[in-house]
Amino acid sequence: MTYLLEVKDLRKTYRKSVTAVDGISFGIRPGVCFGLLGPNGAGKTTTIEMMEGITDPTSGDVLYKNKPLGKQFSQQTGIQFQSTSLPDFLTVREVLRLFHSFYKKALPVELLVDQCSLGEFIDREANKLSGGQKQRLLLALALINDPEIVFLDEPTTGLDPQSRRRFWELIQNIKTRGKTIVLTTHYMDEAELLCDELVIMDHGRIVDQGSPRFLLDKHLPHKRVCLDINGHAAALAGMSGELIAGEDHLEIITTSIEKTLAELMQREVDLSTLRVRNPTLEDLFITLTGHQLRD
Amino acid sequence: MKEFIALFIARNKEYYRDRAAIGWAFLFPLLVIIACALAFSNPDTSVFKVGVHGDFAEATAVSEFLAQPYIKMLPYDDLSRGLERTRHHQLDMLISSEGDRYWVNSQSTASTAVEKLFLNDTHGFQREEISGRKVRYVDWVIPGVLGMNLMFGALFGVGYVIVRYRHNGVLKRFHATPISALQFLSAQLVSRLIIVVVVNSLIFIGCLVFLDLIVLGSYLSLLFITVLGALSMITLGLLIASRTANEELAGGMLNVATWPMLLMSDVWFTLDEAPLWMQQMANLMPLTHVVKALRAVMIEGASLTEVSYHLLWLAVMTAIFLSVASLLFRWHKR
Repeated sequence: MTYLLEVKDLRKTYRKSVTAVDGISFGIRPGVCFGLLGPNGAGKTTTIEMMEGITDPTSGDVLYKNKPLGKQFSQQTGIQFQSTSLPDFLTVREVLRLFHSFYKKALPVELLVDQCSLGEFIDREANKLSGGQKQRLLLALALINDPEIVFLDEPTTGLDPQSRRRFWELIQNIKTRGKTIVLTTHYMDEAELLCDELVIMDHGRIVDQGSPRFLLDKHLPHKRVCLDINGHAAALAGMSGELIAGEDHLEIITTSIEKTLAELMQREVDLSTLRVRNPTLEDLFITLTGHQLRD
Repeated sequence: MKEFIALFIARNKEYYRDRAAIGWAFLFPLLVIIACALAFSNPDTSVFKVGVHGDFAEATAVSEFLAQPYIKMLPYDDLSRGLERTRHHQLDMLISSEGDRYWVNSQSTASTAVEKLFLNDTHGFQREEISGRKVRYVDWVIPGVLGMNLMFGALFGVGYVIVRYRHNGVLKRFHATPISALQFLSAQLVSRLIIVVVVNSLIFIGCLVFLDLIVLGSYLSLLFITVLGALSMITLGLLIASRTANEELAGGMLNVATWPMLLMSDVWFTLDEAPLWMQQMANLMPLTHVVKALRAVMIEGASLTEVSYHLLWLAVMTAIFLSVASLLFRWHKR
């Protein structure tokens, strides 16, 4: 398989005793949104910074188009760090022009202003923007050279829900333009919405990898059908699947929603309080690692 | 080249939009000039004191020379008393009608200057020399003040900015672009060089205007020394800021670099009588060579060739500081 970016047995050790990344390998196909999912301290940022060429690995290789990262890599990639300041006292327009001058091939500033919705604060000082506005500017800087691959390191951390959703729309727009995106996050809703492929990391190692659907089907094939009790308990006796009784509701754990629903209708159970809960990436992460994503 | 120009322009915009920093950059030298003016200015507006022994007829070249506004004439009946005053720089020149002679102090800058003015206006006088050296303290100290301002402007200006950039991630963001460390650092260097040279030139002009400084050497020589001195100081700032991301540590390191120079580089007092080891240590400090070269040009009228020893030291230091700084330079904190 041809990968745009490939990581081989990547390892990073600090002060010879702290292992941040412990021999991980994976490949990223062109045009996908590839997620690195894990809790704080899992090694996501160290991994993505080695992939960006910002941090040198202790051992292992990062290959871009089957070759080690060279001098041209920075001309062809866009990077948004987890936290970045910009030069003081420069307006958004001046910052864009400054970074525009760094690249041989760069998109027109006006196009970036339009794509990232920067028009409303284009002449404001860049270091005085709100969190969401600043992240949009940083995304514009990552896109300024029309890169083939864009690295986004926890781009929505600390943003309010509205700003996060607005940022997700921008990322989806980038996806539709065929760009390859590498995204680290500890928000499972973000990963579920945006990522085509995932690597789940914990303690510097890969716990598992694949598409979100594949991973959920592999590890959590059961769905939960919930009903308020309301006297259903007797009617549900002997149903196929595992039955769990809560304080005020019942959960039927099943591999086939269709079969369970058919069985419930056959028993003429009142379905007005019916709820179906699919497992989430957070459920998956707890299953795989034994602790919460935000631990 | 366009990357360098863009970085250079951006850095200059940062500088002149930072009102607090730019205010201090000009306020500090202004305070220094005012302090020097208050401490050393003489209410007597005459520039040169010329003693006169005997009488000179009116409407002669000598009487016209003595009537110039920049000459203060002091009559002396006793020739020996006038000579003594000339020997100790209390007079810049003594003229006698007896034998049409004049005396100047060969070690007095003011004597040299006033003699030139005198010879422009008069003929036929016999020159006599008296030795005995004294220079006004203000003439002596201003090259030190200029060097000190150069040092603070260059070291703190470039050092703090780079450490702050590293601390808040600006350098890391630049590292993710195709610009090289050389392009980034050279833009910082050139921007700061222009700033400190312009600020120092303004102080110098202020001192010329308010303190009646006597500058015997060439202004271009002074500019050349200032540029070379600024380069050595800026590269020292780059070296100090090459690794750390801690602004407090950087402040401490900059103080460790500046205070010994302030005390040992002939800024406020000479180390001529100091132990040899201290003088040798002072020779390792760029400020020593900046101050000595500026002073030699200003009060001794030295040429660049005559101060080439100091210029060579500054050039070598600049090359060493820049080489080591580029080897040690780190884009981001670890």
